[in-house]
Amino acid sequence: MATQSVEFANVSFALADGREILHDISLRIEAGTTTALLGRSGSGKTTLLRTVNALVRPASGRVRIGENDVGAAEVIPLRRSIGYVIQENGLFPHMTVARNVGLPLVLSGEQNAETIACKVEHVLSMVGLSYAELGSRYPWQLSGGQRQRVGVARALVTGPKVLLMDEPFGALDPLTRAEMQTMLRDLLKQVGVTTLIVTHDLEEALYLADRVVLMDGGRIVANLAAGEVHSSPIDAVRRYVAATRRSDAA
Amino acid sequence: MNAFLHAHGEEIARLTFEHLWLTAFAMLFAVGIGVPLGITLTRYSRLARPVLGLANIVQTIPSLALFGLLLPVPWLGERAARLAIVALTGYALLPILRNTYAGILAVDPALIDISNALGMSGFQRLTKVELPLSASVILAGVRTATVTCVGVATIAAAVGAGGLGELIFRGVASVDNSLVLAGAVPAALLALCADGILGWIEKRLVVRR
Repeated sequence: MATQSVEFANVSFALADGREILHDISLRIEAGTTTALLGRSGSGKTTLLRTVNALVRPASGRVRIGENDVGAAEVIPLRRSIGYVIQENGLFPHMTVARNVGLPLVLSGEQNAETIACKVEHVLSMVGLSYAELGSRYPWQLSGGQRQRVGVARALVTGPKVLLMDEPFGALDPLTRAEMQTMLRDLLKQVGVTTLIVTHDLEEALYLADRVVLMDGGRIVANLAAGEVHSSPIDAVRRYVAATRRSDAA
Repeated sequence: MNAFLHAHGEEIARLTFEHLWLTAFAMLFAVGIGVPLGITLTRYSRLARPVLGLANIVQTIPSLALFGLLLPVPWLGERAARLAIVALTGYALLPILRNTYAGILAVDPALIDISNALGMSGFQRLTKVELPLSASVILAGVRTATVTCVGVATIAAAVGAGGLGELIFRGVASVDNSLVLAGAVPAALLALCADGILGWIEKRLVVRR
């Protein structure tokens, strides 16, 4: 699957109780680039991410992947063409590493066990894991970092059009987290898939992404190239940068 | 003891077999109805309360009364074994239904989310994720139901459906404790065996996290 752009046009979403989570979001993410959705908890970044694979349906507005309208697409094939990584518990505890990673291939109709094993081995090596060593282990037999690598491998095994990551390294210790960031940065360069990463960590956003989109209260308050963030005059960005510096100093 | 077994051994064996047969059929029906119904309730949560409530009520009817109440029902009352199996199925239903419902709802929501995000159909999610992860809970329900069923099946003798209850009832009527024990001991052993075997399987189905 060739990677594709993602476009949000006037996307709004409210909960059943009327609380507005997304307010008139418009944003275009060019094919093959990585964008970080940055913001505090409750800013709407995860909800925005989940409109891309139709886990959330916007109340109004449109989401497009390439030329295709997500709202009009058939949900199952759409979701199979999009990789999705979450913070934790994303691996099925009753399946081995090999079965977890091979599952998207099985779901999309691949029946040849050799083809599956071959693709699983390849994608595991891309995230720095050995099929021979870990393929037959269960998630509880892995370290936190290994589990997250397996999650990334599963999201990439079908060669998705778009990769969505929701706080992928939020549950990891700082050292493992740094290793994962290095791995992911190289991997994304190599694969070149359009990627959206939700994070509240500014350093992570700057390290991984080409563009940083800052959200607050369901709105986009800044959309900057990664290099522009530290020099941005926008008040909300300056406050976010200052808060990050303070936590670094502490 | 030996003389007693010599006199009654064949009868005990025949009634034990009958008891097993009644319980096995009732469990087959209860699993066949309870598991699919429990799954359905997780999909239509509005139905869950009334249906579980109804099963609860059936469970509270004293077993002797339930057998008696079913006796005049046209098709059912014609054959005692038929009636017994229906009544036993009613008793076995609740634990299976409740555990299937609760077991599936207890699956980690993050895994349901990932299943959906991977593009699983509802049926794929059920067979690949929800059932494997709730299998041990469902089986725990089957185990409870089986043990209850073995016990309640002794009452089936009251309507002439046979089983080990026959010896117990006869023993009570003739104030013969050895006859009561001849019915009660095999029934207790059956329940213990069923509990042990199903418990062993249940342990093997637990998914480590």
